[in-house]
Amino acid sequence: MWKSIAWRATLIAVLTVVSIVLVLPSLTDRLPDAWKNKAPKIHLGLDLQGGVFLRLAVEIDKAIENTSMRYADDSRALLKEKGIPVLGMQKSGIDGFTLQLPPGDFAERAMTLLKEEVGTIDYSLGAVTPSGATITGRMKPAEILAIRTNAVSQGVETIRNRIDQFGVREPQIVAEGDDRIVIQLPGVKDQQRAIDLVGKTALLEFKLVDDGVSVEEAMKGNLPDDDQILYQKAVDQQTGRVSKTPLVVKKHAVLTGDTIKNARVSFESQRGGAYVSLSFDTRGARIFDRVTAENVKRRLAIVLDDTVYSAPVIQERISGGEAQITGSFSPDEAKDLAIVLRAGSLPAPVKVIQNVTVGPSLGLDSIQKGVNAGLLGAVLVVLFMAVYYRFAGVVADFALVFNILFLLSGMALLEATLTLPGIAGVILAIGMAVDSNVLIFERIREEIRLKKTVRASIDAGYEKAFWTVVDSHVTTLITALILFQFGTGPIKGFAVTLSMGVAINLFTALVCTKVVFDYINAKRPMKALSI
Amino acid sequence: MMELIKKTSIDFMGIRRIAFAFSTVLVVLGIVGTVQIFRGQANLGIDLAGGTSIQVKFRSAVHLDRVREIMAKAGHGEANLQEVPGENIVIIKVGAKGKEEKMVADQVVALLRQSFPDNPMSVESVAEIGPAIGKKLRSDAVLALTVSAIAIIVYLAWRFEFKFGVAAAAATFHDVFAMVGVFYLLHREIDLLFITALLTIAGYSLTDTVVVFDRIRENVRLRKKPTFSETINLSVNEVLSRTIVTSLTVFITCLALLFFGGVVLKEFALALTIGVIIGTYSSVFVASPIVAVWRGEKMVEVKRS
Repeated sequence: MWKSIAWRATLIAVLTVVSIVLVLPSLTDRLPDAWKNKAPKIHLGLDLQGGVFLRLAVEIDKAIENTSMRYADDSRALLKEKGIPVLGMQKSGIDGFTLQLPPGDFAERAMTLLKEEVGTIDYSLGAVTPSGATITGRMKPAEILAIRTNAVSQGVETIRNRIDQFGVREPQIVAEGDDRIVIQLPGVKDQQRAIDLVGKTALLEFKLVDDGVSVEEAMKGNLPDDDQILYQKAVDQQTGRVSKTPLVVKKHAVLTGDTIKNARVSFESQRGGAYVSLSFDTRGARIFDRVTAENVKRRLAIVLDDTVYSAPVIQERISGGEAQITGSFSPDEAKDLAIVLRAGSLPAPVKVIQNVTVGPSLGLDSIQKGVNAGLLGAVLVVLFMAVYYRFAGVVADFALVFNILFLLSGMALLEATLTLPGIAGVILAIGMAVDSNVLIFERIREEIRLKKTVRASIDAGYEKAFWTVVDSHVTTLITALILFQFGTGPIKGFAVTLSMGVAINLFTALVCTKVVFDYINAKRPMKALSI
Repeated sequence: MMELIKKTSIDFMGIRRIAFAFSTVLVVLGIVGTVQIFRGQANLGIDLAGGTSIQVKFRSAVHLDRVREIMAKAGHGEANLQEVPGENIVIIKVGAKGKEEKMVADQVVALLRQSFPDNPMSVESVAEIGPAIGKKLRSDAVLALTVSAIAIIVYLAWRFEFKFGVAAAAATFHDVFAMVGVFYLLHREIDLLFITALLTIAGYSLTDTVVVFDRIRENVRLRKKPTFSETINLSVNEVLSRTIVTSLTVFITCLALLFFGGVVLKEFALALTIGVIIGTYSSVFVASPIVAVWRGEKMVEVKRS
């Protein structure tokens, strides 16, 4: 008997020490550094510490369409360069395009040329009529597959890069399913800024302004095939008014953002306005040098995500590989723009489909109230047990304290995230924790009524209630685990605390309380049990 | 020995017809509520229906009517407004319109700032959820419930008998539907936390059911009574004291959450409180009678593994 008691008592003692070591770093900061920094900790969920939660849908089809349109532009530019006129161009599905060519031998020449130069597109020659011919280009399946598989993982990578440069502690950026990205930014208060930072595609393009076409004519619909209308946005810093000016620019981008080596915020010396200065890599610098040399006195539009930021006149050839993006930026906007340009553009546009922002004050308030309610509930339950079951109730209360301690340390060990429903889970676990002991005690009472000795009653009570307790706990555990499997976010946190609470309760209710009764009985058999 | 109730011999099986009738009403109500949820007609939280929820705290009190007027002018006449008394907190909920995944939070916040220039406010929380997410969550919840039901039937069929497993699952579904029904009737908001409460209560009620089943099995083996119905009566009476004490402790914690847990946990606590009552009721009046009706009155011993 003594051996068994000693063994169980030692187990409980060891678990208690381990639990205290595990749980302390989550409760207080005043610990030795080595302990504090190495130990796992309970994290606070976004609903408790405040922050921004975003779920993005990656528009992969749009990425495929954009790529296919880029190939269409490239194909046309290539043909024009070789003296083959292109009469028109249409989109064909999301992954293809058709080009109209004039009659003559142009179609055959174009086919040979395109097949030779553009490897990622399947070209096919349509009907050749006296009025001309059409060529249909379609992206190769392998190319589409590559976009599909990479869009999300590259998106996650790019966004992580942006967030890291922005500076957020413990951000979480993960892919979800085939086309979703989930982002959690603890402590971030400004949701709009966060959305702008992660949601911007940040496709930077330099496009020449077509001065040969008047904006009025273009707005009426007389727009050459290789031109497009883009708007220049200007924000009045004083009134916050946004004005839009249309510009006719060439569709073909002479240079894109993937050649950027660095981007940083600078300030104008006179007015103090913020702007972003760019430096290109060697290839970018060479192209920029050539384009500026060829187009002196023309305007070059700097386009980010189809919005023109500025369209300065090229005064002279620019050889240094440096450029500036001016616009009416606030310092924060300029800083964020520099970050997204450095981190690169997203492979596919994204759309925010879920945005949950919690202010830190609400979080603090929630914790305080949740914890208070929990403490109150626990105190009431403890009092009730002590009054109703007397000494045995006190033993059950003592098991309840262990239950809570082990539960918290288990959460720390798993580095679980404590959410508001998680706190509710802990509180509920407290209410349910005494259930096993209630079952056992009621059973013991029945045995005592049958005039059995105290010791025999206790043993019979524990023995008979054992499988009932196990069965009832396992069924609860099943639902909790399924909740964990199918739940999202805060619900997962609830499932974690509930299932751990149930599992730990099996141990504390069956082992921790029994050892107390056994110890007392082993010292001197109880004549009467206060229950 | 302190006892809330003395040894009882209530004839639970005698009133099972009344109980069945009552349960049928609850379940039908729950099914109606569930259908309405899937049709998007019930008072769904924005996390299930999609939409925008904004919680703002003003420095001084504002009239809800004034806010409603402003929202209506901006084309959000259907917005649901709520205030937290004494704290100058206003919660604004705008449902998602159709399939459009448009976020209106910024617009609303800017509007309020403009409309109350002398009463500065801080945005405490913003949630914008596209309708696609809500759809996925709803189907996930149904999937979770179905999978739990199957898992429970399998476990109890192994530990007891298949019929016990099905009866327990039926009682669980009874609880879930009854809670949905009550919440639907009270026009309370059905959100993700409510679904969490549903699953918690499903677990809690199962515990209760299993405790009763366990006693029935034991009493069948000991042949204390000649018929199955009488055995059920005896078993329920024997465990009644435990049932009430446990329900009471869970009830205490639920009430603590309800009254002191703050705005966010209030609805959750209410669902749990109602659920505890329904769950306790169903383990006595739903699960065991189903077994009795299905199994017949013969005292065939229940498998014991």
